[in-house]
Amino acid sequence: MSTATDTIEEFANKEYKYGFVSDIDADTFAAGLSEDVVRRISAIKQEPEFLLEWRLKAYRHWLTMTEPTWPHVQYPPIDYQSTIYYSAPKPKKVLNSLDEVDPDLLATFEKLGISLAEQKRLSNVAVDAVFDSVSVATTFKAKLYDLGIIFCSFSEAVREHPDLIKQYLGSVVPYSDNYFATLNSAVFSDGSFCYIPKGVRCPMELSTYFRINAANTGQFERTLIIADEGSYVSYLEGCTAPMRDENQLHAAVVELIAMPGATIKYSTVQNWYPGDKNGVGGIYNFVTKRGKCAENAKISWTQVETGSAITWKYPSVILQGDNSIGEFYSVALTNNKQQADTGTKMIHLGKNTRSTIVSKGISAGNGQNTYRGLVKINSGAENARNYSQCDSLLLGDRCGAHTFPYIEVKNTSSQVEHEASTSKIGEDQIFYCKQRGLSAEDAVSMIVNGFCKEVFRELPMEFAVEAQKLLGVSLEGSVG
Amino acid sequence: MLTIKNLHATVQGKEILRGIDLQVKPGEVHAIMGPNGSGKSTLANVLAGRDAYEVTEGEVTFQGKDLLELEPEERAQEGIFLAFQYPVEIPGVNNTYFLKAALNSIRKYRGLPELDAMEFLKLVKEKMNVLHIDQSLLNRPVNEGFSGGEKKRNEIFQMAVLDPKLAILDETDSGLDIDALQTVAEGVNALRNSERGIIVVTHYQRLLNYIVPDFVHVLSNGRIVKSGTKELALELEAHGYGWIDSLEPATV
Repeated sequence: MSTATDTIEEFANKEYKYGFVSDIDADTFAAGLSEDVVRRISAIKQEPEFLLEWRLKAYRHWLTMTEPTWPHVQYPPIDYQSTIYYSAPKPKKVLNSLDEVDPDLLATFEKLGISLAEQKRLSNVAVDAVFDSVSVATTFKAKLYDLGIIFCSFSEAVREHPDLIKQYLGSVVPYSDNYFATLNSAVFSDGSFCYIPKGVRCPMELSTYFRINAANTGQFERTLIIADEGSYVSYLEGCTAPMRDENQLHAAVVELIAMPGATIKYSTVQNWYPGDKNGVGGIYNFVTKRGKCAENAKISWTQVETGSAITWKYPSVILQGDNSIGEFYSVALTNNKQQADTGTKMIHLGKNTRSTIVSKGISAGNGQNTYRGLVKINSGAENARNYSQCDSLLLGDRCGAHTFPYIEVKNTSSQVEHEASTSKIGEDQIFYCKQRGLSAEDAVSMIVNGFCKEVFRELPMEFAVEAQKLLGVSLEGSVG
Repeated sequence: MLTIKNLHATVQGKEILRGIDLQVKPGEVHAIMGPNGSGKSTLANVLAGRDAYEVTEGEVTFQGKDLLELEPEERAQEGIFLAFQYPVEIPGVNNTYFLKAALNSIRKYRGLPELDAMEFLKLVKEKMNVLHIDQSLLNRPVNEGFSGGEKKRNEIFQMAVLDPKLAILDETDSGLDIDALQTVAEGVNALRNSERGIIVVTHYQRLLNYIVPDFVHVLSNGRIVKSGTKELALELEAHGYGWIDSLEPATV
């Protein structure tokens, strides 16, 4: 590497600024998983019988499963018995309004830039704040409820709207779907629930902010979003976690149901602690996300994944209804020793379905970035169209980018396009920028942002700026 | 403005510059000519601060400051501009956005307020008219898909916007046909004024018909062997570079 890049490497690696730990009193189970733990979780949450049964079915099924080993990632075996499966911050008193939320919790979210306080919150974003798998506050609930929109924690939805849960839970990701989804189905503690009634266009962005705090805990959130006929919702998920030496497992499940004519836009800006530059610590982000479209419905997944030691997820869309549309826009960054195996699955079942996949992978340091995508066109999927674009950017000579596109076509009237490119930021390009007065960091940031532009464009405005900054921070010290 | 004393530089362990002496005053246009391998581009790159080139001896002073101590971006901020021989492409980065960021970086260094999008566009429109630059160049990614002529014109356009104190044109004429050459030369001439210094590095005399230099220096084996006025370029053209080898190295 030239001396230009040596200079860059000398810049101190910016500390993961969300790495602090909050000193909050919590209800914590002892480590280990058993049927008893599952029952206790259900009991603490005062869940109805049907849900406890569902959990137990999932747990018993999980015991018969083996952890999958096919991803292009490496990690030491997870000891499922040394993880804690429930830790909830102890509320100082029963919460009736936002004003009564534990001030320490409010302060934590303040520090993360998520203001829950009445005066300071973003007026066009409703936030459900989840701290260690427990939803601690949801803003604008009442205002949304006036429109018939239900936006609350999953636990609350179980208590207040059990019929909806019973009808839709597991309808897109059944409890037996895969090892981690099954585990999640047994021990999930909380997440967000959202229901948009017929014809309603949700007037604000809905977002959930996930914060892991307690040590040695696994995070198993469950999110369910139902958009009734003709409705529209844009939802954003943000995530951070403290810096720790041990790895923590985050195995969430997100199910989206878009009924005829409905649109769900789901965006994620993921910044879990990625581990230090030697790969010690960091979150394992093993997530199952899937949406199902009825006719004329549309689901878009947009993700910016910069954190986690290991990211393993394939937000997917089942294009069941005729004329339905699925989209996947992704920027995945791996730096230092991070690994990612991510992509999407677009399953074309109905007629005239369309899917678009734009995946941008950026590898820096010793990062290993893998794109794995499936475009499946079933025999009944007349006139299906897919466009996939998979671009990799390599920064330096120690990182890797890998692509595993799977294309299964069983209907000859379909049109499937796949484009891929691999590039690197050359020393020439950086020198060119420097000669025009820009620092090396600005140069890399600008070039990377240009690379990601198509994806950033899909993010809700409020978060596009944050995503760009996040990318800049995550890339510090990585130019090669 | 620029004083170079006894400059020696190596690249990949091989000594290319073997004692360059040169002085450029504001308003002057100096042409550097020489055969392949004489060190013309090396000189341009050393002045711009490219890492691959190591300075082993000598001094370079720019506006009273030690240029060799400054990082490339600092040199740019001080007012040095290099029009590259092979301008690189930067996909995905809008040409206008890039220039605005560069200009503001330089303005910030000089304690000037940064220009916002509106102000910048106004500045750009002025320069575009002077240089006959096409609107479409503004919205494309930097140099991506540009023809050779367009790339060179983009370099001059950037020069116009960034308004440097010293502009170094590294073989700006290479790869250009007659028409493109004239357009580029017109652009450069439009930027000549009594404060700006320009160093034109070129192989061929032809460019110097359009950009008429005040001084011509001939580089051979890493040294300036002869200096003169624009007539020197014509003599070179007539006799070829071989003629130079028979002469004594010049002192400036």
